[in-house]
Amino acid sequence: MKSICFYFQVHQPYRVKKYRVFDIGNDPEYFNDRSETDLNNRRIAEKVAAKSYIPTTTLLLKLLKKYPQMRVSFSFSGIAIEQLERYAPEALDLFKKLVDTGQVEVLGETYYHSLSFFYSPLEFEIQVNKHRDLIRKTFGVWPRVFRNTELSYRNDLAKWADEHGYLGILAEGWDPILGWRSPNYVYQPKDTNSIRLLLKNYRFSDDIAFRFSSKDWSEWPLTTEKFGAWVGEAEGDTINLFMDYETFGEHQWEDTGIFHFLEQLPEELFKNPGIDFKTPTQVIQSYAPRDSVDIPHTITWADTERDLTAWTGNPMQRAAIESVYAMQEDVMLANDGRLLEDWRKMQTSDHFYYMCTKWFADGDIHSYFSPYESPYDAYIAYMNALSDLRLRVEKVR
Amino acid sequence: MFGWEFPPFNSGGLGVACLGLTRALSERGLEVVFVMPKMLDLSVPWTRFVFADKTDPLSEGLDIRTIDAALAPYLTSLSYEAYRRQGAAMPSNSVYGPNLMTEVKRYAAMAAAIALKEDFDIIYAHDWLSFEAGMEAKRVTGKPLVVHVHATEFDRCGGSSGVNNEVYAIERAGMEASNRVIAVSELTKAILVNKYGIAEGKISVVHNGIDETTAPQGDGTLLRLHTLKQAGYGVVLFLGRITLQKGPDYYIRAAKRVLERNPKVVFILSGSGDMEHSMMDLAAQLGIGSNMLFTGFLQGNDRYEVYSAADLFVMPSVSEPFGITPLEAMRLGTPVLISKQSGVSEVVNHVLKADFWDIDEMANQILSVIGYPGLRASLSENGIREASGITWGLAAQKVDNVVKELLLAV
Repeated sequence: MKSICFYFQVHQPYRVKKYRVFDIGNDPEYFNDRSETDLNNRRIAEKVAAKSYIPTTTLLLKLLKKYPQMRVSFSFSGIAIEQLERYAPEALDLFKKLVDTGQVEVLGETYYHSLSFFYSPLEFEIQVNKHRDLIRKTFGVWPRVFRNTELSYRNDLAKWADEHGYLGILAEGWDPILGWRSPNYVYQPKDTNSIRLLLKNYRFSDDIAFRFSSKDWSEWPLTTEKFGAWVGEAEGDTINLFMDYETFGEHQWEDTGIFHFLEQLPEELFKNPGIDFKTPTQVIQSYAPRDSVDIPHTITWADTERDLTAWTGNPMQRAAIESVYAMQEDVMLANDGRLLEDWRKMQTSDHFYYMCTKWFADGDIHSYFSPYESPYDAYIAYMNALSDLRLRVEKVR
Repeated sequence: MFGWEFPPFNSGGLGVACLGLTRALSERGLEVVFVMPKMLDLSVPWTRFVFADKTDPLSEGLDIRTIDAALAPYLTSLSYEAYRRQGAAMPSNSVYGPNLMTEVKRYAAMAAAIALKEDFDIIYAHDWLSFEAGMEAKRVTGKPLVVHVHATEFDRCGGSSGVNNEVYAIERAGMEASNRVIAVSELTKAILVNKYGIAEGKISVVHNGIDETTAPQGDGTLLRLHTLKQAGYGVVLFLGRITLQKGPDYYIRAAKRVLERNPKVVFILSGSGDMEHSMMDLAAQLGIGSNMLFTGFLQGNDRYEVYSAADLFVMPSVSEPFGITPLEAMRLGTPVLISKQSGVSEVVNHVLKADFWDIDEMANQILSVIGYPGLRASLSENGIREASGITWGLAAQKVDNVVKELLLAV
C-alpha cells in the first residue's frame, strides 16, 4: 500500500500599508489600505476567495463526496480565518463544510503565522494556543499534527511538539539533510518519545505548485496520467504533497488547467490498486518509522537554500525582526488588547519575506509574491509602522 | 566617431560615456578614431584623437575660419544667450567660445574634410552637437551613420516649453539621416518615437554602464565631512548640474520636509548651473540655509570624497535620459534614491525610487535611510553588487552588434 498525503496551506497576512514617516504618531491603523493595489487586504481576500478558495473548495467538496475514501488536510493561519470571516465569509463557510465531511484533517500552527519559535518561546506558545482555540471554535476539531510557519523545523521544535502531545510534525524533505533516506517514509525526530516526522516530497509537490504551467519545463504539460504514473512508480509508504492552497486558481490560474488536473487526479490515482489517500494522522498510524532524523539547524520550504535566509538573510530583515521582538516586554507590560494584537500582526513572516533582496537566483518568486514596489519600500513601511507602535506602547505605559 | 567632450574636459555624462564606450569598444577589437571639434590635450591608449581645428580647411577646398565659440553641451540656447548678454564667465570647464550654432556648422564642415582623409567603415556621432558633423561625413563618403542620443532637447528643457527649434531640427535631421539610432534608455527611445517621429525599429536601446575607467577615483584622504558625521549629522548628496532638468528645487523642498522631522541632516548641492543662485535663495526662503551646503562643481578626489561620505545620494531629475551618477554612488557603496523619470531606473533595482514631484515620498525615503541603519546596509551591499554588473562592456557589445549589422548590410 502507498498513500497520498495532501496538505494545503491557507494563509493571508495583514499587509502593512504605505506608511510614511509623517504618519508616525498620527495614524494607528497599519493594515487598512483601501487603494486598488495589492496592499489592500480586503481586496486581496476577496480576490483570492473568488479565484481560488471558493472554486477549489467547491471542487474538493464534490470530490470528497464522489470518493468517500479520499482524504486531504489543511492548515489555516489564524489571521487568514479572521480575514475570511470579515471579507469572504462564503469561503470560510465552504471550509467549514469541508471539515464537516470528516475526510479532512486540520493541522496546528501559530495564529499569526510567525517565526516566534526562533525568537520567543513564550510568545510562540501563546500563539499556538490561540490558534488551537480558534480552530476548535471554527471547525470543532483539535489539531493533532503540527506544522510551523514556512515549514520551518529543527530538532528542538519536534521536541516541543512531542512534549505537547502532538502525534506528528511536518518538515521539508530536503536531500542534503536526508542523505540516503527517502522523504516517502515516516521518521522519528531525534531525541523524542512518540512524535513522528512527515517530510514533504518537494519534487512532486513543486511539479504541481510551481512547474505546472511552466512551458520551459520538459514535462509540460503535466497530465494526471503522467503524474499518476510517477507516483505509482515511486518507492515508499507515503507521498507527501504539501503546498499553498492558492496554487489552485491564484498561483496557477484557471486557464492553465489546474482545476481540471485536480478534478481528474483522484480517479487516475485510484486506477492504481496500491494507492490510497491519507491524512497526516492516518499516515502516522499506518506506517512504522524507518529511522531517526537529526536536524539541528533550521530548515524551511523556501528557495534553493531551504533555510531562513528568505526572511532573515539581509540587514533590513534582521533589523526588522529583532526590533519587533525587542518590544515584547514593553508590549506585555502595557497589557492593552489592541496593542498586543497589532504587535502580533507585525510578527507575521510575510512582512520579512517582502524585504528579501535575493532577486538574482530566487528573486522572481519573491517579487511575484510581494505587494510592494521593492523590498526597500516594504522595509520602510514596516519600520515606520513599528515606530508608531512603539510610541503607542510608551504612551500607555 | 564624432564627439563633443571627453574627460577630463567634460561637464557631464556625455564625456564619461564616450570614455567608457571607446575603451570597451577597443577591447572588443573595434578601432575608434575620435574626432573632437577643438585641439585639447587628450590622450588615452585605446583611441586616436583627431581635432577638427587642426585640419587645414584650405587644402580641402573649404573656406572656414576658426571662431572662438562657447560651447558646452549642456547649455540650452536660452541659458547660452543669457551668458552672452550678461557677459558672464563661462563655466570654468568650458572649452568653447561664444557662438553655439556657428561652432556646430564649422565642426560639420571640418568633418567632411576629415572623413575624406581618414580610413573607416562606420560613422558614429554623439548627440546633436556632432550630428551635423556625422551627416556631412556621410554625405561625402556614403558610409553608414549611427547617431547615439544621450539626451534630447526635451530633457534639457525639462519639458516642452523652451525647446529650441533649431536644435530640435538638427536632432531630428540627424536621426533621419542616420542608418541606426542608439538611445540610452527605453525612456529616451519613447521620446524619439513620440516627439521626433523616428521609426521604432530603427532605434536600439543601449544603457550606459560603469567600470574602473569611468568611476570616480580617490584615495579617501580628505576627511572634511567627518566632523559633521561624528557630530551625528546624516549627509545627503545631490550631484549634478543645477538646472531645471535635474530637479534641484524638488531636492530642496524635500530637504525642508526632512528637516521638519529631523534637524540633524545636512544636504549637499554639488554642481553648477543656471539655477544655482535661485536655489540658494530658495533654501534661504525656506529657512534651511544652514543645512544646505553648495559646493560648486567637484572633480577628482573631491568628487570621490563627497560620494563616499554621503549616507544617501539623491537624483531627483525631472527628465533624465540615463543618469550615470547613481551608478557612481552605488559603486562606492552609497545608497541611492532616484526619480522614476530616469533611464537608469530601467537597469537598477537596489535603489529607492520616487516620482520627482513626490516630495513627501522622497522625504519619507530620506528619513528612513537616515533613521534605519538596516536599510542603509542593505542598499549599500546590494548596490555595489548590482552596479558591478552594469558595465561598459555590456554597452559596447550592443553597439558592436548594431555596427556589425550595418556592415553586413553594406
